[in-house]
Amino acid sequence: MNYFPDEVLEHVFDFITSHKDRNSVSLVCKSWYKIERYSRQRVFIGNCYSISPERLIARFPGLKSLTLKGKPHFADFNLVPHDWGGFVYPWIKALAKSRIGLEELRLKRMVVSDESLELLSKSFVNFKSLVLVSCEGFTTDGLAAIAANCRGEVNLGALERLVSRSPNLKSLRLNRAVPLDTLQKLLMRAPQLVDLGIGSYVHDPFSEVYNKLKIAIQRCKSIRSLSGFLEVAPHCMSAIYPICGNLTFLNLSYAPGLHGNKLMKLIQHCRKLQRLWILDCIGDKGLGVVALTCKELQELRVFPSDPFGAGNAAVTEEGLVLVSAGCPKLNSLLYFCQQMTNAALITVAKNCPNFIRFRLCILDPIKPDPVTNQPLDEGFGAIVQSCKGLKRLSLSGLLTDQVFLYIGMYAEQLEMLSIAFAADSDKGMLYVLNGCKKLRKLEIRDCPFGDAALLEDVGKYETMRSLWMSSCEVTLGGCKSVAEKMPSLNVEIIDECEQMEFNLDDKQKVDKMYLYRTLVGHRKDAPEYVSIL
Amino acid sequence: MERRVNYENDLNLMATELRLGLPGCGDDEPQRKTNPSIRNNKRTAPEISEVSSSESSSSITMSGSDDQDSPPPAKEHVVGWPPIRSYRKNCLQSSKRNEVEGMGMYVKVSVDGAPYLRKIDLKVYRSYPQLLKALENMFKLTIGAYSKREGYNGSDYAPTYEDKDGDWMLVGDVPWEMFISSCKRLRITKGSEARGLGCV
Repeated sequence: MNYFPDEVLEHVFDFITSHKDRNSVSLVCKSWYKIERYSRQRVFIGNCYSISPERLIARFPGLKSLTLKGKPHFADFNLVPHDWGGFVYPWIKALAKSRIGLEELRLKRMVVSDESLELLSKSFVNFKSLVLVSCEGFTTDGLAAIAANCRGEVNLGALERLVSRSPNLKSLRLNRAVPLDTLQKLLMRAPQLVDLGIGSYVHDPFSEVYNKLKIAIQRCKSIRSLSGFLEVAPHCMSAIYPICGNLTFLNLSYAPGLHGNKLMKLIQHCRKLQRLWILDCIGDKGLGVVALTCKELQELRVFPSDPFGAGNAAVTEEGLVLVSAGCPKLNSLLYFCQQMTNAALITVAKNCPNFIRFRLCILDPIKPDPVTNQPLDEGFGAIVQSCKGLKRLSLSGLLTDQVFLYIGMYAEQLEMLSIAFAADSDKGMLYVLNGCKKLRKLEIRDCPFGDAALLEDVGKYETMRSLWMSSCEVTLGGCKSVAEKMPSLNVEIIDECEQMEFNLDDKQKVDKMYLYRTLVGHRKDAPEYVSIL
Repeated sequence: MERRVNYENDLNLMATELRLGLPGCGDDEPQRKTNPSIRNNKRTAPEISEVSSSESSSSITMSGSDDQDSPPPAKEHVVGWPPIRSYRKNCLQSSKRNEVEGMGMYVKVSVDGAPYLRKIDLKVYRSYPQLLKALENMFKLTIGAYSKREGYNGSDYAPTYEDKDGDWMLVGDVPWEMFISSCKRLRITKGSEARGLGCV
């Protein structure tokens, strides 16, 4: 390839957009590495502590879009203290200093201070897009620096003017504070909308506003994505029917007011749906309607409407089986349910061999198959055996070491595995570490895995992004051992109750351990209760 | 292994027993109670609460010596379970509060001189002006503005409501939320009666 001028190679590389492919390209030879790095515009960093902003900038001076992820996934469920880390400020500071032409910043589980937002808004002339997912640390003052017009309370008049002046506005999401007649006016001014989030949808079906709203909605022929309905008058949903036929994404997961027949009627209009996020008050019957109507469905997420409830069965294995039978394109699932059976999982595995993401959460974390009283090993075993492209798996229910034997044997493409309250012994963890060659993220809580499993193959952790273990059997000594043997890993012990301070015995069990590979050694911004071994 | 043995031996007669009562109450979940500590080994983790992060462990602990009749530990006691984001939990809780009063709050509305009554859903409105405008539209009349001193003086019509005590009150005196929770029916009075309410 030496005889191709650089410009030609660069042009060829322009067609290579996936991060994985670009990474591979850069490893071919020195000259490709050089050309790739100068032409790279988009960079994805899965763990903000694996590399420093300075090194990033040094390698990719043409950087335009950066994606950063901070806290470990279990932070979403309050298992990680708020100030653990993941601060974006040093990144923005470094990028600003180096005059990088940043246009887009995408952050997930990072701490974003108002100061960072202000600096961001002042430093990059061509900045276009800020995406924050599960971030924290900022207030509306900070956001005000980014979005020039919105300050404090929603100024409806200003919002209307803003929408009028934005002929390219594609996405509009409103909260509860926006009244219906404003919504109607906004929709009249933005019929080109593609993504609409309605906050409050409560009104009198006989009112003039409602009639106007019906007309406005009908004009919005481009809407493909609908969400919100935080407050909803179910008898007014018929105004939405005209646009349902075009929807590819419907998110009703914040709308507990919508259920029963009204919900089913709405769904019956959504024949082109590809992604559906819903609450479990849809019930198995409602999922049956989904199965009959949404033949294009690829992703289904069913959230619990009553997480700590008395166990009134909202959805069970029946709903899932119905959807698997009716929606052959289903490849991504997040399903909170009251119970699951092996038979159902085996049927689902047969019906849908294309799962990429399979996340099952039985609300009682150690519940067995209620019909046979057996653990769910066979059911999940069927899933991993049938779904050869499975990349992400979350387990729940009563599970023994056996399920991990299956996972190690069959889940060849598995990249992320979440385990809670499962297994009988170290063998479980070992099956996974030895078997899943493509494993990148492993997160474990409340399992009987100890030092023997942790230390069996420490080299494996260098091939992964991170490992989280909380309330397991690993000891301080075991963690120290990993840190000693693998200087390329940061092994963090999160010790909120400061047990470690008074008892530095190596045999002490570690409550929370988070280890990850890194090129830049120990981070300097860890709070007091985090020890990096 | 202990866990599995328990489940295999338990014929689960309770689940098939016919009885009156809501699911999830009382003792129809014997399996969880007879289940010893999930990680049945050396570590004695204290029972934790979601609020206090000073407790170390997040495991479910049910010691084998627990009384069979004690209720199963509330699921709230396991930190981070079920795995949903706090934002979702909060959203559902606040929606629940709003829905406690029930879906829709239809009250009868009578207008002096009108041949029949109507019904409106009070939950649809956020404020007095909204409600009054809706009433004006519905009955094709003008109610006018409310003032604390004069009521709806100057207008031909005055909106009144029957409260929980059975008394007829002028609409607008109390905060909206209080009105919503105490209003049983509405009556739009006309003429001299209306003006009478305005001057105390």
